[in-house]
Amino acid sequence: MSVLTAKTGQAIPETSLGRKLKDRTVLIAVYVAFALAVIPLVSVLYKVISEGVQVISADFLTRSMNGIGGRDAGGGVYHSIVGTLEQVALASAMSIPIAVLTAVYLVEYGQGKRLAKTISFFVDVMTGIPSIVAGLFVLAFWILVLGFEVSGFAGALALGVLMIPTVVRSAEEMLKLVPNELREASYALGVPRWRTVMKVVLPTAFTGIVTGIMLAVARVMGETAPLLLTIWVTKVINFNAFQGAQSSLPTYIWEQASDPNQVAVARAWGAALTLIFIIMVLNIGARLLARRTSIR
Amino acid sequence: MTSIDDVQTAAVGVSRRRRAISTGRRGDKIFRGAALGSGVFVLVIMGAIAAFLVWKAIPALQANQGSFLTDTEWRANSDPPRFGIAQLAFGTVMSAFLALLMATPVAIGIALFISFYAPRKLADGLGFIVDLLAAVPSIIYGLWGLHFLVMNSDGVVSFLNTYLGWIPLFAGENVGGQSLFIGSVVLAIMILPIISSISREVFLQVPTPHIEAAQALGATRWETIRLSVLPYGRSGVISAMMLGLGRALGETVAIALVLSTVAGINWHILEPGGNTFAANIVRTFGESGEIGRSALIASGLVLFVITMIVNMAARAIVSRRKEFTE
Repeated sequence: MSVLTAKTGQAIPETSLGRKLKDRTVLIAVYVAFALAVIPLVSVLYKVISEGVQVISADFLTRSMNGIGGRDAGGGVYHSIVGTLEQVALASAMSIPIAVLTAVYLVEYGQGKRLAKTISFFVDVMTGIPSIVAGLFVLAFWILVLGFEVSGFAGALALGVLMIPTVVRSAEEMLKLVPNELREASYALGVPRWRTVMKVVLPTAFTGIVTGIMLAVARVMGETAPLLLTIWVTKVINFNAFQGAQSSLPTYIWEQASDPNQVAVARAWGAALTLIFIIMVLNIGARLLARRTSIR
Repeated sequence: MTSIDDVQTAAVGVSRRRRAISTGRRGDKIFRGAALGSGVFVLVIMGAIAAFLVWKAIPALQANQGSFLTDTEWRANSDPPRFGIAQLAFGTVMSAFLALLMATPVAIGIALFISFYAPRKLADGLGFIVDLLAAVPSIIYGLWGLHFLVMNSDGVVSFLNTYLGWIPLFAGENVGGQSLFIGSVVLAIMILPIISSISREVFLQVPTPHIEAAQALGATRWETIRLSVLPYGRSGVISAMMLGLGRALGETVAIALVLSTVAGINWHILEPGGNTFAANIVRTFGESGEIGRSALIASGLVLFVITMIVNMAARAIVSRRKEFTE
């Protein structure tokens, strides 16, 4: 083009006003779009922090709701924190080994096999299962058919179902990043396959897998709907996740937010701040860990 | 590294004493079995979810005196039980589509902003901020929606009603409060990060030669995006939208907190009311008897099937695109 213009001696035509205008309009629209996304985030965080800080105290974090009615002030989230930590720990203990082994199968053993493709497809489908459906499944299977009572463990089962696909996906991505040369070097030394996976592949991908697990834990920690169907509600501290109703932070927020009394709503904000604090610590921790990932 | 040591010591052992060393075959079999078993177990869970939901839904469907598909009322606990999913299906589909309509343009804007407009150094941090939106649990969006957004949205709602009231959706007498519209706004905020992060990934995959070719022809930034980025990313953006739609359809507590219970299908989305599959389940579960629970499981099964179809369609688009680009 420049050659052409040089021959004819014309200056390169400037971008017309209409095109410039369009470019500007889109530029503004894109900035506005980003602002639109930041507004709700800031508003949510501001509201949770400003309202939550007024409620949170040592008392709030160390007391249960035992003997406290909806209109009474006081009470706390201790029983819910205990419940949430136990349920999430149980869910992780059940789902992480299954999920990581599934990822190992998909990457190390299943390459190109039809079964692996089927599993991979259904892991994707499972990612999209609404959390309430996982709750209904545990309700139908564990409580209605097998006849167990509601318990923290039933809630953990539902959370586990939700955790598996996310952990499989992230672990799979990480295992795929492990360079094949490492595996080949190990095989060349006569190391059996399973030891190669255990001692070479998994350690190499370790930080990446842990990052994925932390994000999955943070995600299920905020799940409410499946817990409402499986752990019931209680105001008292129950350390035993295998027997009787248990509380949890999300169901506690649900309970208090549905109560029209101002003191109850205030408690909901306090619990929301507690929950969001734990989740953000997990999230930011996971990101920091991801930066240190050994695989580049 | 221990593996190398192990092998060395094993090798030394062999040369000295000719002791039979493990070929690792048994360990291999066990390990392979465990990995395969886990993979199959995932399939079993999926099968079990469908099977148990169907099994436990049947009693209520048999006892139902009304029409499951067309009745608008949910009286699963009265005797005889009468319930239908018409209102739930309407509320679910309506709120999810409205949310998608609001979220998609903004999400694409964010994705473009982060991948093409924002300064390079800032891009990572901005992406992190959008990801944080996804990390906030739905119950907290519900709390915020009910105790902040509902109270502070009357201005916008009455504006829409006054100036756009000629559109049937925005008509109505007593607008404001816990309406399907506010529910959709909350859903839109929740699906925004999903759509934008997938779109961003797709945009980043656009081959640099495509972009450079457009720039070499003198295209402005917008023209570059329109000519090279959007056509390349279209199928990826569509599948991102469908994944967002799947999430919006199944979202429970946020929308259950924000909506207020009013029976019947109401096309006036600015008026209080509305209900969805998921919201109905958590709201009525507490007072449900045996048939009531079974009826809720039946409605959950419908939701399961709908979201599965949407998700499978999204995956199909993604995999077709993969074949196309590789």
